[in-house]
Amino acid sequence: MIRTLCVAAALCVLTSQVPAADTTEIKIGYLRQAEARTAISLLDIPAADDGVAGAKLAIDDNNTTGKFLNQHFTLDETTLKDEDDPAAAIEKIAGRGISLILADLPADALLKAADAGRARGLLFFNVGAIDDRLREADCRANVVHTAPSRSMLADGLAQYLVWKQWRKWLLVVGSHDADKLYAEALRRAAKRFGATIVQDKVFADAGGARRTDSGLAQIQSQIPLFTQSAPDYDVLVAADESQVFAAYLPYRTWLPRPVAGSAGLVPTSWDGAHDQWGAVQLQNRFVQLFSRRMTARDMQAWMAVRMIGEAATHGHAADPKATLDFFKSPDFALAAFKGQKLTLRDWNLQVRQPILLGDGRAIISVSPQPGFLHQFSELDTLGVDRPETKCRLDASKG
Amino acid sequence: MMWRGVFLGSVIAIGLVQPAAAVMAYVSNEKSNTVSVIDTDSWQVVKTIKVGQRPRGIAFTKDDKYVLVAVGDDDTIQMIDAKSQEVVGELPSGPDPELFTEDPDGKLLYVANENDNTVTIIDIDKRTQLGAVQVGVEPEGMVVSPDGKILVNTSETTNMAHFIDLASRKIVANVLVDSRPRFGAFKPDGSELWVSSEIGGTVSVIDPAKHVVKQKIAFAIPGLRAEAIQPVGINISSDGKKVFVALGPANRVAVVDGVTHDVIKYLLVGQRVWHMAFTPDEKYLVTTNGVSNDVSIIDVASLKVVKSLQVGELPWGVTIARH
Repeated sequence: MIRTLCVAAALCVLTSQVPAADTTEIKIGYLRQAEARTAISLLDIPAADDGVAGAKLAIDDNNTTGKFLNQHFTLDETTLKDEDDPAAAIEKIAGRGISLILADLPADALLKAADAGRARGLLFFNVGAIDDRLREADCRANVVHTAPSRSMLADGLAQYLVWKQWRKWLLVVGSHDADKLYAEALRRAAKRFGATIVQDKVFADAGGARRTDSGLAQIQSQIPLFTQSAPDYDVLVAADESQVFAAYLPYRTWLPRPVAGSAGLVPTSWDGAHDQWGAVQLQNRFVQLFSRRMTARDMQAWMAVRMIGEAATHGHAADPKATLDFFKSPDFALAAFKGQKLTLRDWNLQVRQPILLGDGRAIISVSPQPGFLHQFSELDTLGVDRPETKCRLDASKG
Repeated sequence: MMWRGVFLGSVIAIGLVQPAAAVMAYVSNEKSNTVSVIDTDSWQVVKTIKVGQRPRGIAFTKDDKYVLVAVGDDDTIQMIDAKSQEVVGELPSGPDPELFTEDPDGKLLYVANENDNTVTIIDIDKRTQLGAVQVGVEPEGMVVSPDGKILVNTSETTNMAHFIDLASRKIVANVLVDSRPRFGAFKPDGSELWVSSEIGGTVSVIDPAKHVVKQKIAFAIPGLRAEAIQPVGINISSDGKKVFVALGPANRVAVVDGVTHDVIKYLLVGQRVWHMAFTPDEKYLVTTNGVSNDVSIIDVASLKVVKSLQVGELPWGVTIARH
């Protein structure tokens, strides 16, 4: 099998010296929803091309490889407004001859898009949504997840905290739905890896004027009071995806304790400071092109486009079914500057990946931590494992 | 008084012994921006040379006069005079040079420019650029076939070995290998090209005439997870019978039978073993161990690790004089 592929590849190149008419065009869709994302720190407000930039860099990388194989990759971007119907957008995208689509959408919109694309045999790559339900009860047989799930992020963080012997956690949860979901993942992680939540508190979003002097003064007195009554703990773990309060926690707690979760030590799939395993090369390429640092969303999109590129290199150009079969096969391995190959969980189409733990300035550690063992892959100590999964791909829509 | 006397004495002793007799090994230390010079008779570090930023690829010129070291973050290749053991010049390598190789005559140097998807060709005597070839994403491994006709470059993100005809400077074939190909080495008779895939965890044995992968060699070490086995450096003995493969974070060097392609033995060395070099008599093989900041010395006949030696921070490459 491999031999014939290589022969084919060599022949392709020989012919590619002549400007060829038979270049394979591989069009990749990018569907996202315009979101006003807010953040406490100006440094955390996402760029307008967050995610898309990562896909564009991977398109460049694929095209460098593609010139040897007569393959050419392009990106087709669609941005939905709040009221737009994802299903209608999918019809339009498919009408342009596109069958591989990166989706950076909230969970419900992603499911609508995936179900609309099902009859046409479209394959989706979830590059944004971290909801566990998309990999579990609501999993789809036509959605590959390059974004890690909340439980993978929570497990990656929990392994490190337990390895540090910071086993007593004060859990502070925001009042929005996403915050609650993250808190659920953190509670599950604490139980799995042997941490104790000494207190589980809600920090209600009462609105505020964070950008006024009085706002800052208020927060400064609010946080010590808020954390004063808690029993002694090793680390404060915050679940605040909505970015309402977590960034205000460090240096303001009643007891001098480190903060992790949504502020302080944050689990992520990528960070602009990550420089191990040759990552500097990718970071340099990114900064050169886009004049900013590469984010987790950029990385998740880069991975998706590179996966499509790998499938094309192995002879499955733009055929969604063959592409997905290749991802599930032992031949598939993605190199993504994380120290080991990334593969696909065949039970829910989640890409296995190490989780970086960063403090915004540097990478502090990378999970899985040493000593967390697994009979198949140590990466499967992160997130919901095969025996626990509620995902049934054959029964799922999609 | 006492101190001064001892110090002077040792300086003189080194000054007398060093250039004449012993064969020296030069190790590039990626993070400390230095090159460690090791006497291969006494197995002592006899000098540490300050070089440019991020030294990685390192090799003697064919005439043993210079040690070339690619300092990627300074966008150049520095020339160390092997007699004076000092940096005496540089070569116009193009941006971010990582690995390079010479043609059999020692006249031309081929450099992989990692950030530029390019291979740059340099005239060593004139210290000028002669041209460039566009290759895949993140070019790294560089090797010229024993007959001097073909240059093979591996590109880490394209996952191919590119065969470049040196007369026309055109790519004549691309062979797909497993993820993140790092390094290539020809058997001395030119019959096989071995390419390591760091993330794929395999070594592909390629037929250089037919441009096909004949076999993929996999590695398995009891008690070690498969992901930790990441082949990088490859060194083949001059009779083609023994092949040494550095397995990165597996902290081991695999010894492979050059004829049957069976793995004979795994040798435990320092942490994150990267590249290697033989002494001229092939009695010893020196490995760089990036995480433990040392080099291991392997006795080639007995296949035993006989010594380890502290060098600078993040030792990456090693080269030893041919004579």
